[in-house]
Amino acid sequence: MKHTIKYLAILALGLVACEPEFDNPISDEGTYDSGSADFSNYVALGNSITAGYGGGGLYITGQENSYANILSQQFALAGGGEFTTPFVSDNTGGALLGGTQILENRLVLAFDEDGNPGPARYTGASPTTEIGNILAGPFNNMGVPGAKSFHLTAAAAGYGNIAGVASGLSNPYFVRIASSPTASVIEDAVSQNPTFFSLWIGNNDILGYATSGGIGVDQNEAGNFDPTTYGGNDITNNLVFAGAYEELVTKLTANGAKGVLLNLASVTSLPFFTTVPYDPLSPLDPNFGPQISTLNEVYAGLNQAFAFIGVPERSIVFSETAASAVVIKDESLTDITATLTTVLTPSFGPLAPILAAQFGQARQATAEDLLVLPSSSVIGQLNTDRFAELVGFGLSQEMAGQFSVEGVSLPLADQYVLIPSEQAAIESARASYNATIQSLAAANGLAFYDSASDLEQVANGGIEINGGIITSTFATGGAFTLDGVHPSPRAHAFTANQLLDAIQTTYGAKLPRVDPSDYGTITLSNEVN
Amino acid sequence: MKKQLLLVLFALVTFVTYAGGYRVSVQGQRAMAMGHTGVAVVNSAELVFFNPAGLVYLENKLNVSVGASGIFTDVIFQNEALGVSAETDNGVGTPLNVYGSYKVNDWLALGLGVYTPYGSGVTWPTDWAGSHLINNIDLSAIYIQPVIGIKLSEFFSIGGGPIFVSGSVNFNRNANRTTSDFEGNRSNITVDDSGVTNFGWSLSAMFNPSENFRIGFSYRSEIILEAEGGEATFANFPNSPGVPANGTTTFDAELPLPAELTVGISYEFCDKWLFAFDYNRQYWSVYESLDIQFGNGVEPSVNPRNYKNSSVYRFGLQYEATSKITLRAGYYRDETPVQSGFFAPETPRNDSDGYSGGFSYAITPKLGIDVSFFYLRFEEIDESYDFGTNATGGTESFGGTYKSSAFAPGLGLTYKL
Repeated sequence: MKHTIKYLAILALGLVACEPEFDNPISDEGTYDSGSADFSNYVALGNSITAGYGGGGLYITGQENSYANILSQQFALAGGGEFTTPFVSDNTGGALLGGTQILENRLVLAFDEDGNPGPARYTGASPTTEIGNILAGPFNNMGVPGAKSFHLTAAAAGYGNIAGVASGLSNPYFVRIASSPTASVIEDAVSQNPTFFSLWIGNNDILGYATSGGIGVDQNEAGNFDPTTYGGNDITNNLVFAGAYEELVTKLTANGAKGVLLNLASVTSLPFFTTVPYDPLSPLDPNFGPQISTLNEVYAGLNQAFAFIGVPERSIVFSETAASAVVIKDESLTDITATLTTVLTPSFGPLAPILAAQFGQARQATAEDLLVLPSSSVIGQLNTDRFAELVGFGLSQEMAGQFSVEGVSLPLADQYVLIPSEQAAIESARASYNATIQSLAAANGLAFYDSASDLEQVANGGIEINGGIITSTFATGGAFTLDGVHPSPRAHAFTANQLLDAIQTTYGAKLPRVDPSDYGTITLSNEVN
Repeated sequence: MKKQLLLVLFALVTFVTYAGGYRVSVQGQRAMAMGHTGVAVVNSAELVFFNPAGLVYLENKLNVSVGASGIFTDVIFQNEALGVSAETDNGVGTPLNVYGSYKVNDWLALGLGVYTPYGSGVTWPTDWAGSHLINNIDLSAIYIQPVIGIKLSEFFSIGGGPIFVSGSVNFNRNANRTTSDFEGNRSNITVDDSGVTNFGWSLSAMFNPSENFRIGFSYRSEIILEAEGGEATFANFPNSPGVPANGTTTFDAELPLPAELTVGISYEFCDKWLFAFDYNRQYWSVYESLDIQFGNGVEPSVNPRNYKNSSVYRFGLQYEATSKITLRAGYYRDETPVQSGFFAPETPRNDSDGYSGGFSYAITPKLGIDVSFFYLRFEEIDESYDFGTNATGGTESFGGTYKSSAFAPGLGLTYKL
């Protein structure tokens, strides 16, 4: 018996002794280090990117994979505290206000009956996130989708007032998390006494203008310094941006908090602006190819008139053998409607004024024009409004149809094209914003991450990750969600790694990275109508 | 008494074997206690496995040995660059062995053995960092083998017999690093099959140049387990024609149980002492790739393994302390068949040192209890599997620092008549 006990004791000892243990377990103190930074209370300030919005909606798994949430997980290994996120109620991406859906569900990649993939709104479930269901904060992730720089400032108090949602004065996403209807984003952030912060704001200050094809106002050109008068599609005045940004940085650093600032990417890095080519009209397209000779005959008459008026560069010709550029309206061109009417009348009779109005500022697109993503669903399609209008003018159905094909016989409207002058306005503002961001980072000793140049690399050749490469190619490139603007979880992971580099460099921290290939890209689902 | 104490101490500080890949070298309690040596040891019915040629040299007419071990394995993983870590929660492996031999006459012995030389049970936390390579695996193979031993002279005998194998497998892993259903649940695939059978054989010889010196040789053939029409379950894939449909389908796969060659010696000295040395050569190079074909037309899963042949060096010592108590101890060096860059977390084995010990206690002259234990010690190792396939067909790597251990107490009964 004594023997039995002895041997049992030996066995038990053996069992304990054989548990494997690393020489240097990463759970050991000192494996990671926060350096001169303090991650105990990290607050992330920003817009939709910071929130983890993607594919045209805010959803749980997107929020979980925002760069801010990834950073917080890495910080947790170096003294980081809890990081709270105002999670929505589901993964649909949509939201309700008073029970009525006001925000669409997100985009998923669906396959049609022929097996062709394309983005579509998810309809597998109704959204359950109620904007009016105000959450008890504060939250460490203060990314507010749609916010521009000045929306975060103290002057924008009330940006989270539910009463203003319907009229567009306030932001439904901030409504959910605002400490009160009169709160401002920066006040709610600062009241948490962050020890560390990230700030990525300003994208929307140019993106609203860019995604709408430049239909808004360039407030730099207008010299308007009052953001309360701005429309959603305007470019924020450079000085307004600088003022707002400086206020944010000053307030965030007031108690000595360290942080990291991110600059803003060029729109030419985003698939929203680079996916649709300027010359998408293929002679092989059965809906377009057979029409080319007829179209060229009609355009021959118009081109003669252009030549006669002295604007031969506006001539429109479709190639029988190669892809042709779409016809666009360029609002920067001199409007020659009146002259054109006179010139066209002898040959076109009563049709002349209608044609003249349609082509008074028309030209074929060039490689310098950027067609926005939504143009892909209208190019080559019949514009039913214009068709009805032409029929109303007395044109035959056939004739009206012939002159109502988007991008072919009906110039694409302003909202579908960023012409060079619009791009220049965007780039000029962006350069100014980025100069502000970088100088404020330097002036305050903050870490700075040049996300713009990395995104440029993603768009021009791509960046290698474990097992592949991420590019900005729409749907398949891996870096962007299906809205063509917002980064994918994988791009968030890459961004988090780059931010960790910047934080290590500036603050001497030692932090673990993530493997971007562990993070997904787009969502597949055929639960669409 | 002092000598006894010394040996007990030796037994305590020395431990035993397990082997590389999914070979589980625990085929006899007495052998196990001696570093799993035995090809040249004439001791008990365990010879059915180790060297059937030796059965004819057993003193008794009828010999029976039964035994089982409980193998406790543990693998830990961490990746300092990524700040991730994981630990397996494996069930207890229970290799068992039943051997019987009967000496028909002076030159002929018959025997029957049931044993489990291959198996693996590894359970990582579901959705852990390497879940695209494995969540869990449970693999086992039961060998049933009738043997014959023929004495050609006092100096030389031969033996061998056919082997019948029945194997089973259950293996789950995530489809890749990222694919999940709409709610974020990771898409995964389970393959399950049992009753996969095949045949093999073994051949052995024993040479006794002198009364206290034996030389043994044993060869066990390779057996390929071919799972055909097993059940594959696809789960948590999103509802999309772009990915496999959820539900069950069939799968085909092959798993090799490699051939093993053993040569060894035993030497009795100082009356009560026995020293044994075995050299195993395991022909793992047959395990080139684990390829799984699915019945639903999904791209086959191709997983290069590229194992190399490997060796194990075993040393064992036995001391008859009293007429009732025999003490044993052993050591072995087990070289891994896994090559650098092919270190998959389903069989996370690098080179290891095995330490074993044990004793037999004769309850009666006919019936004895055999106790063994072994501890397998692995150095921690920085390794990776560089041949993973990602969702878009790219080749990706997964790795970090691994450390494993295995501990197995075992109990057996020996009966002789």
